[in-house]
Order: sequence, then structure tokens, then C-alpha cells
Amino acid sequence: MEAFLANFNVVIDGFSWTIRLTAISAVFSFALGIVLTAMRVSPVPLLRLMASVYVEAVRNTPLTLVLLFCGLGLNSALGLSFAESVEWNVYWLAVLGLSAYTACFVSEALRSGVNTIPFGQIEAARSLGLTFMQNMRLIVLPQALRSVIGPLGSVLIALTKNTTVASVAGLGVQEASREMKLMFDQGVVPVLPTFIGFAIGFLVLCLPMGWIFGTLSKRMAVAR
Amino acid sequence: MSVLKTKEPSRLFDAPGPKAAARQRVYSVFAALAAAVLLAWVYLGFNRTWEVVRADPGALLGGDVWRPAEDGQWTADKWEPFLDPTLWTGMVLPGMVQTLTAAGISIVLAIVFGLVFGIGRLSDHAWIRWVCGTVVEFFRGIPLLMLIFFTLAAPLAANQLFGVPFGTFLVTPLTAVVVGLTLYNGSVLAEVFRAGINSVPKGQSEAAYSLGMGKTQVMGLILVPQAISSMMPAIVAQLVVLLKDSALGYIVAFPEMLRSFSLIGTRFQNVIPAAIICALIYIVINVSLSRLAIWLERRNARRGKVSAKATVAPGVPGVAPTDVVADTTATPEDPPKG
Repeated sequence: MEAFLANFNVVIDGFSWTIRLTAISAVFSFALGIVLTAMRVSPVPLLRLMASVYVEAVRNTPLTLVLLFCGLGLNSALGLSFAESVEWNVYWLAVLGLSAYTACFVSEALRSGVNTIPFGQIEAARSLGLTFMQNMRLIVLPQALRSVIGPLGSVLIALTKNTTVASVAGLGVQEASREMKLMFDQGVVPVLPTFIGFAIGFLVLCLPMGWIFGTLSKRMAVAR
Repeated sequence: MSVLKTKEPSRLFDAPGPKAAARQRVYSVFAALAAAVLLAWVYLGFNRTWEVVRADPGALLGGDVWRPAEDGQWTADKWEPFLDPTLWTGMVLPGMVQTLTAAGISIVLAIVFGLVFGIGRLSDHAWIRWVCGTVVEFFRGIPLLMLIFFTLAAPLAANQLFGVPFGTFLVTPLTAVVVGLTLYNGSVLAEVFRAGINSVPKGQSEAAYSLGMGKTQVMGLILVPQAISSMMPAIVAQLVVLLKDSALGYIVAFPEMLRSFSLIGTRFQNVIPAAIICALIYIVINVSLSRLAIWLERRNARRGKVSAKATVAPGVPGVAPTDVVADTTATPEDPPKG
């Protein structure tokens, strides 16, 4: 256990990257997810087509490939670069990949929320003369968001766990799982306690999320 | 792509009148333009001519920057390797076989693991419920990649803990991937199975008990067989997750399909064509599997059965959301049940 505690700074450092990846990707994927959902339920056929092709394609691609594409494709081949320092550059590339991937699942969750809204409400709103955007903003989205708090919590937890994939070669963010792998490779730390330590770290991040979102979804549930 | 074929009016808007139709055309044009600009940027970037355009935007009007450049990714040379059958038989297929092997072994083991722990969570003995619950929640709550890393380090752990000398047993990347996939997906399936068994009407088990069956008989002969069909869609959907996650093997040098394409990309300097073709293969397989899951679910619905549905997210299923999501299958588009 001492060897693990001696490495505690490294552990904290790893988890700080994990949290940074999760937080920023969550914001971007939520924003992109809302846009995608609006496109998928919009009256304009071309927008629907574009959004559904995007979601179907990205959601069925392994995250490893998406992140690899960000590292090798966008960065090395396309020359896309976000920051001077390597550390932050790979961070933003990973955020880009994680957000692009997670947005699909956010959009799926939101769309299922839109589907829960009774037909009559939307017809009533339309018959009052509300436009599509007003309908979305005032009637549909507030209720849809409330009914998908639970699923969105699942997406956030999955995102937290998916940040470990950002350690893939060609990207290599120094997040927690990579720190753990490096410790194992050095062969000095006790393996089992280290593993359990890192596992507890992730559980500490994920369990409260599940709990908070679970409670929120019950409290905010739309009574019908 | 069901969206394309839906001709019935959507729930959120009426059929457009002349004004709305005109407005929609304007939006379509804008959307098409935005998409075209994005695609053009990506095209030029991978064509290595973006720098030229940035120096002199007027070059966009000429044909030169659009022609596939020699050192770009779109030139025929970069795609030609994929026309060679030996590349497919020599590199892609072996990788695909490894991916399917890992996925195949894992799904079978995960179903067994899921059954054991799903039933364990329904046990009459509190301590069995508790142990099974803890195991399932633990493996569901930590990242799959960490499980794979840990399995790879198992010989070291065994050496540290029990003094097992190195070389007694080896952990290949395939083993690590299979163990990781089994534990994670098995835990997810355990929850699905539990929900599936719970969804069998109570009268069934009561009738069986009143016929004098024991607990094991009721479970094995009455509940599990009936639950299986309601769990099929979820199992197939989990197979998609499993197949995608098998690509994590790339990180631990497991020679699966993504690694094959990565090797091709390095050998022929065609990273982008390799990535595109690799993604297409995954998409085709996964979309077909998802279709199968949807078809199974519809079939269950036609037969008046409820499908146990646990996965809403790429990873963690139902924090409490399953009830919400399950309801959405009953949208007006669905055919009336029964």
C-alpha cells in the first residue's frame, strides 16, 4: 500500500485529466446533442437526413477508431492543432473525439424523451399558433429534458469511463488508466492494491453521478 | 435511416404549406452549403492542398487544388492497395477473425456470467444476493480498459501475492480482452436477465410451485426459458457494444481488425482511406446487428411480450431510466399491439 500512496501525486494527476476530459466533453457533447436532436425532429428533410446519417455512422464506430482518427487523422494528417503544448493539444483532440462520439448518445436519449410527450400537447401548441421553434423551446424541450435526466446520467457515466480510451497510442492523454498501466509496466507497485485504488477512484466519480441523476430524475419526473 | 422513408406527418409539425415549404428550401440550401464547406475543408486538408488555398483563396476557383494530389490521401495510389485481394486475405481477414473470435467467445461467456449473477441477485439467501450485487456493480462501474490492463498484469499480481514464479501462466492479449469483455458485458447482461426474469408474470412461478416444483426447477424450467425471448433484443444490442469494445484490444496490441487497418495505414501511408474502410466495415456489421435487435423487439411486441431493455447508453444501463425509455417504444408510429 505504501508504494501506491507514494505514487499518490501521479494518481491525483491522472484523475485530474480524467475529470477535465469528462467535464468539458460533457458540455460539448450536450450542446452538439441538442443540435443533432433538433435537426432529427425538424421539418426540413435535409437536416433530418444529415443528423441521422451522422448519428448512425459515429455511434456504430468504435470509440478507439474515433479517437485514433482524431490523433492520426486530424492531427498528423490534417494538421489540426489546438494548443502549443503537446499535453493540451492531445487533450483538446481527445475532447473533440469524445464529444463527437458522446453527442450521438445524448441525441438518442433526447429523441426518446421527445417521443414521450403526448401527441395532444404538441397539437394543442400548434393550434395556438406556436411555430416549430417556439413549440420546441416552450413545450417539447423542457419536458423532454426532464424525462431524460436518467438516461443522460447513464451517458455521462459512460463518458467518464470512456475517457480511458483517450490513452490510445497516437493520442496518449495522461489520464488515470494510462497512469495505472505505466505503474504496472514499471513492475514495482503492488498490482492488486493499485488496481483497486484506481477502481475506487472511478467508482467515487461514477456512483455519485448515478445517484444524483437517479434522484433528480425521480424528483423532476413529469407526472402524467 | 428509417427517417428517410417516413412519409406520415411527424408529430411535431404539420405538412408544410407554400410559405413553410419555401422557408424549408432556404434552410436546406444553407444546411447543404454548411455541409459542403465542411466536407471541402476536410477534403482539401487530406489532399494537402489546404495550405495552398490558405495562401491564395483564389485557387479554389481553379481545378488544381481539387485534383487528388500526389502526396494527399485521395490519390488513387492510396486506395489501390485495397483492390489487391492478398491484402484482404493476408491482413484484413485475420484481423477480422480475431475480432470475431474475441467477440464470439466473450458473448457466450458473458451470457453465462450474466445468467449466474442475474439469478444470483434473485436468490433467497441475502448473502448470495449481496455478493452477486457487489460483483455486478463493481464490474459495471469501472472502465473496461482498466479490467483489460489488470488482466494483463495478472502474472505480476500472482507473483506478488502468492509468489507464483513468472512464466507459470501467460496472459495473451486475447485472454485479457476476452476476460475484460466478459466481466463487463456479463455484468450488464446480469441486470438484463434480472429484469427479464422479473418480467415473467408472477402466476407462472406460483403455478409451478403449486405443482410441487422446487426453486431450481421453477427457475430452470419455467422462468428462464420464458425470459430468454424477452431478453434476446437486449443480448443482440449488447453484442454491438461488445463488438465495438473489442477494438480496445488495439491498445493492448491484440491483433484485431483495427490493428490490421492501422498496419495497412502505416505500410501504405494511407491512414485516411484505411480509417474510412475500417469504419465502414464496423458500421455495416453493427447496423445489421441493431436492425436484428429491433426486429426481434418488434416480434416480441407482436407476440404481446415485453422486451427487457437495459442499455440506453454505450456503457452503463439504467440508472433508473429504463422505465422512461421503455415507454417510448409505444409511439404512435408503432402498430397497435395484440
